[in-house]
Amino acid sequence: MEPKTKIHAEDGKQELFIRREFDLPVDLLFKAYEDAEIVEQWMGTKVIKLESKKHGSYQFETSDPKGNKHLFNGVIHEFVSNKKITRTFEMENTPFPVQIEYLEFEKLTAGTSKLTMQIVYKSVADRDRMLQLPFAQGINMAHNRIQEILKR
Amino acid sequence: MNLRRDVFQAIADPSRRAILLLVASQAMTAGAIASNFDTARPTVSKHLQILTECELLKQEQNGREIYYHINAKKMKEVAEFLEPFRSMWEDRFSKLESIMKKHKK
Repeated sequence: MEPKTKIHAEDGKQELFIRREFDLPVDLLFKAYEDAEIVEQWMGTKVIKLESKKHGSYQFETSDPKGNKHLFNGVIHEFVSNKKITRTFEMENTPFPVQIEYLEFEKLTAGTSKLTMQIVYKSVADRDRMLQLPFAQGINMAHNRIQEILKR
Repeated sequence: MNLRRDVFQAIADPSRRAILLLVASQAMTAGAIASNFDTARPTVSKHLQILTECELLKQEQNGREIYYHINAKKMKEVAEFLEPFRSMWEDRFSKLESIMKKHKK
């Protein structure tokens, strides 16, 4: 089966695209981004602040398995219901520069919709580091698990 | 020689995949890499040589030590490298979809 979520990252470019089609009407898809309580449920983060409007800002918090807290924040530049959100994204206390995210919501049929996320990074190297992050984190997690087992 | 095929042959080996995963989190010396495996040091050296030859790893001299780094550019050609990033989003979006389907009712 073809995966539903597609990543397009062209070599040597400082941007990437994430595309996904949903079995949801576009207004419900958009609502999942607009409503703080719903964002908490699917992102798995605590929403400290989410001002879903032009010139609004947001701050999310996640906890890793060790209980360390990580903060993310950004500013919303464009907010057009059921159409688009343009925002910055920044991981606090990390060397990663701010990135800009263009989210486009499209109606396909009455019950289906499509999301296109274009993320633009400060440099090609920054994009590549960001892509590598979940890969490296997966390894660290596997490592920690092995260490825990060995400690017994 | 077909370099592209070599890359895939290189990652087909489970020990070499384990080495790539290890070095992905931080640059390491050959000794540090070998200490993570039960296999003999020369076997690990051979794996490192293959991974370096097909450019999945890069060597960098740091004082007297040689550190092995992941070559992100080459790794991007390998779908497995992108897979954790993709599946992270796949998980989030699948959750979003199931939550909003219930929301509808």
